[in-house]
Amino acid sequence: MGAGHTHGSSRSVSDGLYVHGATPLHRLPAEVKLVGLLAFVLTVVATPREQAWAFGVYALLLVGLLATTRLRPGLVLRRMVIEVPFLVFAVLLPFVALGERVDVLGLQLSVDGLLGGFNILAKGTLGVVAAILLSATTTPRDLIVGLQRLRVPALFVTILSFMVRYLDVVVDDMRRMALARASRGFEAKHLGHVPVVAKAAGALFIRSYERGERVHLAMVSRGFTGTMPQLTAPSPTTRQWAVVVVAWALVATVAVTAVVAGDRTAWLVVAG
Amino acid sequence: MSPVTTRDEEADVALELAGVAFAYPDGNQALFGVDLLVRRQERVAVLGPNGAGKTTLLLHLNGILGRAAGSNAVGTVRVGGVEVSKSTLGEVRRRVGLVFQDPDDQLFMPTVRDDVAFGPTNLGLRGDELQTRVDEALDAVGMLRLGDRPPHHLSFGQRRRVAVATVLAMHCEVLVLDEPSSNLDPASRRELLDVLADLPVTVVVVTHDLPFALELCERSVVLDDGRIVHDAATLEVLQDPGLLARHRLELPVGFDPAAVVPRGRARPSPSIP
Amino acid sequence: MHVPDGFLDVPTSIATGVVAAAVVAVSLRRARDELAESTAAAPMAGLVAAFVFAVQMLNFPVGVGTSGHLMGGALAAVLVGPWTAIICLAVVVTLQALLFADGGVSALGSNVFLIGIVTVVVGYAVAKALMAVLPKRPASAVPAAAIGALVSVPATALVFVGLYAVGGAAELDLGQLAAFMLTWHVLIGIGEAVITGLTVGAVVATRPDLVRLTRGYRSSLVLTDADGSSREVSAAPVSEGVRRIGVGWVAGALGVCLVLAGLVSSFASANPDGLEYVAERVGFIDTAEDSVVAGSPFGDYAVVGIDNPILATGLAGVLGVAIALAVGVLIARAVRPRAQGGTARDTEKV
Repeated sequence: MGAGHTHGSSRSVSDGLYVHGATPLHRLPAEVKLVGLLAFVLTVVATPREQAWAFGVYALLLVGLLATTRLRPGLVLRRMVIEVPFLVFAVLLPFVALGERVDVLGLQLSVDGLLGGFNILAKGTLGVVAAILLSATTTPRDLIVGLQRLRVPALFVTILSFMVRYLDVVVDDMRRMALARASRGFEAKHLGHVPVVAKAAGALFIRSYERGERVHLAMVSRGFTGTMPQLTAPSPTTRQWAVVVVAWALVATVAVTAVVAGDRTAWLVVAG
Repeated sequence: MSPVTTRDEEADVALELAGVAFAYPDGNQALFGVDLLVRRQERVAVLGPNGAGKTTLLLHLNGILGRAAGSNAVGTVRVGGVEVSKSTLGEVRRRVGLVFQDPDDQLFMPTVRDDVAFGPTNLGLRGDELQTRVDEALDAVGMLRLGDRPPHHLSFGQRRRVAVATVLAMHCEVLVLDEPSSNLDPASRRELLDVLADLPVTVVVVTHDLPFALELCERSVVLDDGRIVHDAATLEVLQDPGLLARHRLELPVGFDPAAVVPRGRARPSPSIP
Repeated sequence: MHVPDGFLDVPTSIATGVVAAAVVAVSLRRARDELAESTAAAPMAGLVAAFVFAVQMLNFPVGVGTSGHLMGGALAAVLVGPWTAIICLAVVVTLQALLFADGGVSALGSNVFLIGIVTVVVGYAVAKALMAVLPKRPASAVPAAAIGALVSVPATALVFVGLYAVGGAAELDLGQLAAFMLTWHVLIGIGEAVITGLTVGAVVATRPDLVRLTRGYRSSLVLTDADGSSREVSAAPVSEGVRRIGVGWVAGALGVCLVLAGLVSSFASANPDGLEYVAERVGFIDTAEDSVVAGSPFGDYAVVGIDNPILATGLAGVLGVAIALAVGVLIARAVRPRAQGGTARDTEKV
């Protein structure tokens, strides 16, 4: 059961990336942020990769938004480490992609690969930063309300909310089991130790499942008959929606310009 | 063992168990005909060794176990005169609030306020009425200012108290608690005792914490091997060393039951129906 | 690793999003049937999802200096059934994208499809097919789950290659990509198989009723009471109402394995894989040492002593599948539930 957590001073898994604050982005209701994020990301992905300038504009926009959130840059950079695996792929792409090759510093690199690598690098990074902007300014509860309001199926959102609530509890259980093993001198150093870890995973499953049953009983004891209550949170104002729509319109303009510019140059090449 | 009731006193009955017997599916019998009568606003402690069937008994009080749950059970359970059965579960659960041992099992909503509002919302309350109910319950346990916190930001003792509030918000007539003082540090334990002592409701507490039982409950019932073996004033029970020894109950070293001043009964609040 | 934004183009991202949403919607409906009481769906699935998230933190070494993570799709499917598993994995992936910035939001559809759906479907199908041929005991769930997990990982990798072929960031030699991804993910698959099998074994040993895959192979349901104690009725080796899967299913699943390993593998590009290619181009290929098993009869994915290259590769593949199956069955024998008699097992009783 645990003797209690320190009062919010240590980060719990269930908090996500949330950093407390009162900036405009913090105050923006989650459904607006979610729609904005999706629209932004899709627009970025739709932008032709050859128009590098467009991505610069997007980056400036994100940096501007980051500034309003007063998030520590170190925090954001640390979270961007999640990108590393696909950065590796992006870097390898020029070497292994097909097609026309070009000489770069003595290496024969694929043009398509270079563009593709840049594509992943730019869009991936912009996507991660935009996602960080969302998760750092949105509490899990706000996120749940946002999803509810965006008409995501109720059962899905409810399961998500239970998962968020019990993430901490389950991860704690797992850590405590590891601690118990460690204090009996066990350290998972080689493959022979896998059975021990797997046994713990099995025990964790049973514990988690049984807890699920108990939670259900507690729900039923308080009169639950199948519908979860709607959570309350401030609704977005028309102004807030308007701001996001306008912001997206600017992003979309950049994208369209990029597409047109791309077509133009292609046309010029063909014509010329 | 059970006190005699007269017709006049029937209206005064909060809980009545008659001949409750229960066996698990593999044939292991947990309760062997339990008779218990609890009057309104009485505070009763259920004492006994591990394996006595205490939690099993509690689960009969709001219909989780017993005939209402469809399992092989015998005997009747009545809550305020209403017999616990499949059709009356909703009503029974409105009247009997069960606080489980692990508060994490009961706090399943994103914030404290959401959790406390869960029960009343299921009862149909909305809007201002709902908010008032939530505020009152949180205030009763001293957690009003932490209403917007998620449960995992609270200490264990705080979560215990919020768990009590979730049930209080349903304006239950009977509060049933399973080991409420376990794992609490002394200060949290005292705070919980303060809260419970002030509530104008019937209280049934399963506990190993004999001093807690003495302070809170004027009456104690000893359950062992699925049977009620003693039913008397708590002070009397705790001062009977033979009884304690027979049922694996132990007082803390140096504890003198006679020296404890039990918490008085709270003034009946006008909101009791 | 989750697919980030920019890996796949917009049409592919949207298409996978639509497919994923549709499958999840169906799963939501079906999941209720997998649970005893429909009102229990949300808390149960939520807790299982939290469990999946937690076990995905488990990592294991795959080759020098790198490690792989458990994906958990096959494990979840075997434990709680495919529909619930799809929802749990989908919830985990969605949360990772929205709360932890892990996985592109535009790629959410692809990630849910790959990690949440393909792993579950393949893992469960293979496991179910194996249950039909293995002895009718709860312990058979162990090798079934292990092999299900083993196949699910490279299968997902192949589907990823398929998605990449349709909408990937740059043109690659698909054969090369497939070979690279397959090698990498077969290794991860082995780790996943071992952990999945052993975890299922641990659950089967104490609560076989919690392993969905063993439904119909147990003697009776174990009922859990609210106070946490559960009662297990004596385990007679009889099963009621077993739906015979039929030889067709088994043949199908094994057939898929054999075709992939025996034939398709030959069409994997004979060109050096990505790393080797880079190594050759950039010049550090000479520093590579032959692996310990290079001289074995199966070194370099061919059977030494057979001249026809297709046959050589094919035979290696087929033998590999057979060995995996045999190892799995051996593990099953080694991991038996200890309590076979009727023991009333109390977990928590007050």
